[in-house]
Amino acid sequence: MMEFFAEHGHELILKTWEHFYISLAALILGVLVAVPLGIALSRTPKFADKFISFIGILQTIPSLAILAFFIPIMGVGKLPAILALFFYSLLPILRNTYIGVRDVDKGVIEAGKGMGMSNRQSILKMELPLAMPVIMAGIRLSTVYLIGWATLAAFIGGGGLGDFIFDGLNLFQPALIVAGTIPATILALIADRSLAFLENRLTPEGLKDSYEAA
Amino acid sequence: MLEFKNVTKKYDGGKPAVNNLNLKIEKGEFVCFIGPSGCGKTTTMKMVNRLINITEGAILVDGKNIKDQDPVELRRSIGYVIQQIGLMPHMTIKENIVLVGTLLKWSKEEKDERAKELLQLVGLPEEYLDKYPHELSGGQQQRIGVLRALAANPPLILMDEPFGALDPITRDSLQEEFKKLQKELNKTIVFVTHDMDEALKLGDRIVIMKEGEVVQADTPDEILKNPANEFVEEFLGKDRLIQGRPDVTTVGQIMESSPVTVQSGTTLKSAISTMRDKHVDSLLVVDIDNVLKGFIDIEAINLNYKKVIEVQEVMEKDLISVSKDSLLRDTVYKILRRGIKYVPVIDEEKKLVGIVTRATLANLVYDTIWGDGMELAEVANLAE
Repeated sequence: MMEFFAEHGHELILKTWEHFYISLAALILGVLVAVPLGIALSRTPKFADKFISFIGILQTIPSLAILAFFIPIMGVGKLPAILALFFYSLLPILRNTYIGVRDVDKGVIEAGKGMGMSNRQSILKMELPLAMPVIMAGIRLSTVYLIGWATLAAFIGGGGLGDFIFDGLNLFQPALIVAGTIPATILALIADRSLAFLENRLTPEGLKDSYEAA
Repeated sequence: MLEFKNVTKKYDGGKPAVNNLNLKIEKGEFVCFIGPSGCGKTTTMKMVNRLINITEGAILVDGKNIKDQDPVELRRSIGYVIQQIGLMPHMTIKENIVLVGTLLKWSKEEKDERAKELLQLVGLPEEYLDKYPHELSGGQQQRIGVLRALAANPPLILMDEPFGALDPITRDSLQEEFKKLQKELNKTIVFVTHDMDEALKLGDRIVIMKEGEVVQADTPDEILKNPANEFVEEFLGKDRLIQGRPDVTTVGQIMESSPVTVQSGTTLKSAISTMRDKHVDSLLVVDIDNVLKGFIDIEAINLNYKKVIEVQEVMEKDLISVSKDSLLRDTVYKILRRGIKYVPVIDEEKKLVGIVTRATLANLVYDTIWGDGMELAEVANLAE
């Protein structure tokens, strides 16, 4: 054990950081694209259902295949890995944003509009805060998946904890596989917990009580 | 104040939802729009604050065409109350009340002051300001919904079946409260409802619509007395037409004007002898200026005969009374609904002027049936 750390300790920290950074970049991209897109979709419900099923179909393409497809287009390295992961992060965030915003009480929206809220105010002051718990649930789900999938980034030279796992597989060294898996799991757990904390902070005060009451 | 000029709304291809509507509403008027579902009443109302766009014609608010105004600005200047209440669940009651103020960028002090001021109007304590909507009952929530519409002091308020989702008793008290408030504040109200009783109770004028057109627009009395056509008659229902008379009769017209009273300060002993002389089992207690204070009944005297001497010590202060200008139909409703034997009638200064008992009502029913020249067949029908 100590021997292993002495040999791979430095590399382990580096790879964990790489892993974290790839996942985070994909996630941020995903949130930046999917949340506005989800809100836009909630304005056109007929189109939205079709669009979301289409994205759902894309998602069923095996991730390894997507990564492979990216090599001729984007080459190898971190950027194609981040982009591929970004595609996978989209669906849960997009669907939850769409559903969250769509399911905000129609009475509240109508009242807001009738009071004279502009479209922007309606989104920022009503729809986003009210849909926040659902959107955050999508982001959390997406994050946990992403951290798991990010191990595949190693496959196209993106680095990360996947390097350990692939080396372990190639060299028949179970210790290396474990060294890749355990930090990835821990990373996923920590990310999930901190997002839960963030979710709690972002959920408006008045909504928390009503969930407890319900 | 509000004028509809040849207003038409057409949705793609279909029959017009509102067809060539012309109507003038005066300042301070309470106008109820009523009709079967799909008659265009809600569409008409929503065109006023441009939640729905007009196809043809014009709507003028204070002489200005609403088409020339920015819809967002326009909506901020018109109050809006809806059936689903629609309080923002993530905002406190205070934030909800002054929502329009926030949109208009009022200062914090202005908002705080306005919220307190408004909350007093509906008699809710100040602690409510920091509560969240889900902590309030449905009736309280809609009170806040009404206050929110009043916040920026708009001269015109649109209401879309605001009391429709409340239970009958809460609805009743909110209607009364709101009518009072409207008179005090002199707001112009456009009120959409499908409940004829509500329209008759609240409206200064009732606009009955059918298939996008106005069938009759008149005062409640006039509509009850002279329904424009069969549709209106049917919509009012036979019961209401028969009730048409008590509907416009005030309590003052039918009350008995000399109820049996005692003055506060009278001894129980002489109260008992008054009861015996007049053959009654309860007495209304008044003070020296004839202001109603409470009542005592024989049971209360029985229980306390040994302990107390004067009537005000045992009298029940909590009694329901009506003003002599209130409509008889509401009073009848009170007597029947609450199962009380009589209601004292008071004037503006709370002075006792008469009483309405169940016997008074029975007389009235006889008068209505036999005094109104009703056909024998109808009487037989009613008897069944």
